Amino acid sequence: MATMKVAEKAAVKVEARHRALGLSDAQALEMYWYILLSRRLDERMWILHRQHQVAFHISGIGHEAAQVGAAFALKRGYDFVHPYYRDMALSLAIGMTPRDLMLAMYGRQGEPSSGARQMPAHYGARALKIVSGSSPVATQIPQASGIAFGIRYKGTDEVVLTCFGEGSTSEGDFHEGLNWAGIYKLPVIFFCQNNMYAISVPTDKEMPVKNVADRAVAYGIPGVIVDGNDALEVYRVMKDAAARARRGEGATLVEAKTYRPVPHSSDDDDRTYRSREEVEAWKKKDPVLLMRQYLASVGLLDDATAQEYEARAKEAVDDAHQFANNAPFPPAEFALENVWGESRK
Amino acid sequence: MATLTNIEAVTRTLAEEMRRDPNIFITGEDVGVRGGVFRATKGLIEEFGDQRVVDSPLAELSIVAIGMGAALYGLHPVCEIQFADFIAPAFNQIVNEVAKMRYRSNGAWTVPLVIRAPYGGGIGGGLYHSQSIEATYAHVPGLYVVAPATPYDIVGMLRYAFRVQDPVLFLEHKKTYRLIKGEVPNDYYTVPFGKAEIKRAGTDLTVIAYGLMLHLALEAAQRVAADGISAQVLDPRTLNPLDKETILESVKKTSKALIVHEDNLTLGLGAEIAAIIAGEAFEYLDAPVMRLGAPDVPAVPFSQPMQDFFMPNADKIEKAIRKLAAY
Repeated sequence: MATMKVAEKAAVKVEARHRALGLSDAQALEMYWYILLSRRLDERMWILHRQHQVAFHISGIGHEAAQVGAAFALKRGYDFVHPYYRDMALSLAIGMTPRDLMLAMYGRQGEPSSGARQMPAHYGARALKIVSGSSPVATQIPQASGIAFGIRYKGTDEVVLTCFGEGSTSEGDFHEGLNWAGIYKLPVIFFCQNNMYAISVPTDKEMPVKNVADRAVAYGIPGVIVDGNDALEVYRVMKDAAARARRGEGATLVEAKTYRPVPHSSDDDDRTYRSREEVEAWKKKDPVLLMRQYLASVGLLDDATAQEYEARAKEAVDDAHQFANNAPFPPAEFALENVWGESRK
Repeated sequence: MATLTNIEAVTRTLAEEMRRDPNIFITGEDVGVRGGVFRATKGLIEEFGDQRVVDSPLAELSIVAIGMGAALYGLHPVCEIQFADFIAPAFNQIVNEVAKMRYRSNGAWTVPLVIRAPYGGGIGGGLYHSQSIEATYAHVPGLYVVAPATPYDIVGMLRYAFRVQDPVLFLEHKKTYRLIKGEVPNDYYTVPFGKAEIKRAGTDLTVIAYGLMLHLALEAAQRVAADGISAQVLDPRTLNPLDKETILESVKKTSKALIVHEDNLTLGLGAEIAAIIAGEAFEYLDAPVMRLGAPDVPAVPFSQPMQDFFMPNADKIEKAIRKLAAY
């Protein structure tokens, strides 16, 4: 009797979390779906790289909860997203497909972000208002402020979300972007996915303050720290940040504390700069695991359903893999296209 | 017809375009109540307000990046870089971001953006208020680089800059701002990019020059005419992409070419133009292609004799013309 009471209490307590945030059961499950889909797609890409089928992979593993929590806090397709190279789960949750991302892996015709010009993980989709990014880090941050400047200029209630790692916050672009956003109260959310390493350099060698969020004070905007492996918590703070932006109250710097349990990219070897114990410890806080446990605890995801989700994810990844592998390459001369536009007149 | 100085041509055209298109706004250091340190934006904040004439923080990287973001949103920003010498912090944003966006997004995203930058020496500006930056940026595909030298061309090309959906680096030679006056028709016209113009017709040789050097080349051509040397003077106006056709046509007619620029000689625009001529009009040439540029020193020195030594002038151009004519 006593045990049951505790269980009931726990269920009520956890159940209150997503509903209390205004998320339906279906939405909570959808969040899990994108976290899982991104993970399984990402894992396949690692395998393809290790099989020498693709040239390069840069991963979003470990960041999925942060990204999906952020995506769900936006009006997807209405708000702007200026992502960075780890934003696989974010891009999927906004509306890009596994096929889109696999075409990028293989550099095939019809790749929507760049026409297969860019390396994989340079997400972009005009129709979804996902802005194409580059490889130099942090350049998107002041540009996001520029998009927000445009929004303010036109007086709409769109919001811009831009993402970056904590490494990027050492760049001048970060500081200049936040400065503008602070001065002009721009509707932008600066979303730092702090995974504790800029490739091999740990945060205490990246910055003299403990938290990226501490830097917000210099720009007159709130700095919020959140557990980046908890999708619902991220959703909660991002929802607040988006609401602030829509109300004309300006920008927010959100720092999601997370971890990258895999190397920086397919060309990195993280054994050279961190212990296996550290990596293993973080795996206990894995976003897929945590979200599945949460959904199970509130009775939304039993083992059979979890297996169904896994089967669906595998099917989507298999389909994307096969689709991209069979897609033709772009014609070589396509390298000459889209350098200049036509005159407006 | 109105007679305008180069700076008046800039200001008047900015105002006119802002009246036409509510999506145009200006940002840069001191562009607001001060009207710009050269007064290029004089009176604009009074007419258009501080929503459209926006004093920026003192940070060139983000002047361009904010402009880029606003352009992605659908506006047509003008970013003023106070002196071209200070554009370097924005190099990454211009070269890796602004100029590559169309290409890297396969045409999905474009950056219609006008970056105005006063450049050039001869004004006692020393190393960091005198630089010519065109060669560095003309090397970048996807970025128009233009350097109109007369009020007519400034008006026509600044109008045109708002009619393309690509980024434009609009270079204004600061010494010509008040030195050069010219007539501008009342009727609306544009000067499309990629079109050179013969500014003086001649038969013996072609002098190719832009910016301040165009005016000095015209002066030199006038002087040698008295001795029966007929110099044709060609202004490329757009530095990227170059109007190869007009350059080659001119050189095929005159069989001799002299390229003059204020930028230092090595890997300047002259190198590219000389290569075009050598590659595509070799059999028409009666003399080696000649270049006149500044010495290969880091920038324009401040002290007057050193500045004068650095800058090409009408005397140096005249001497080069006579040497080429005699070849």
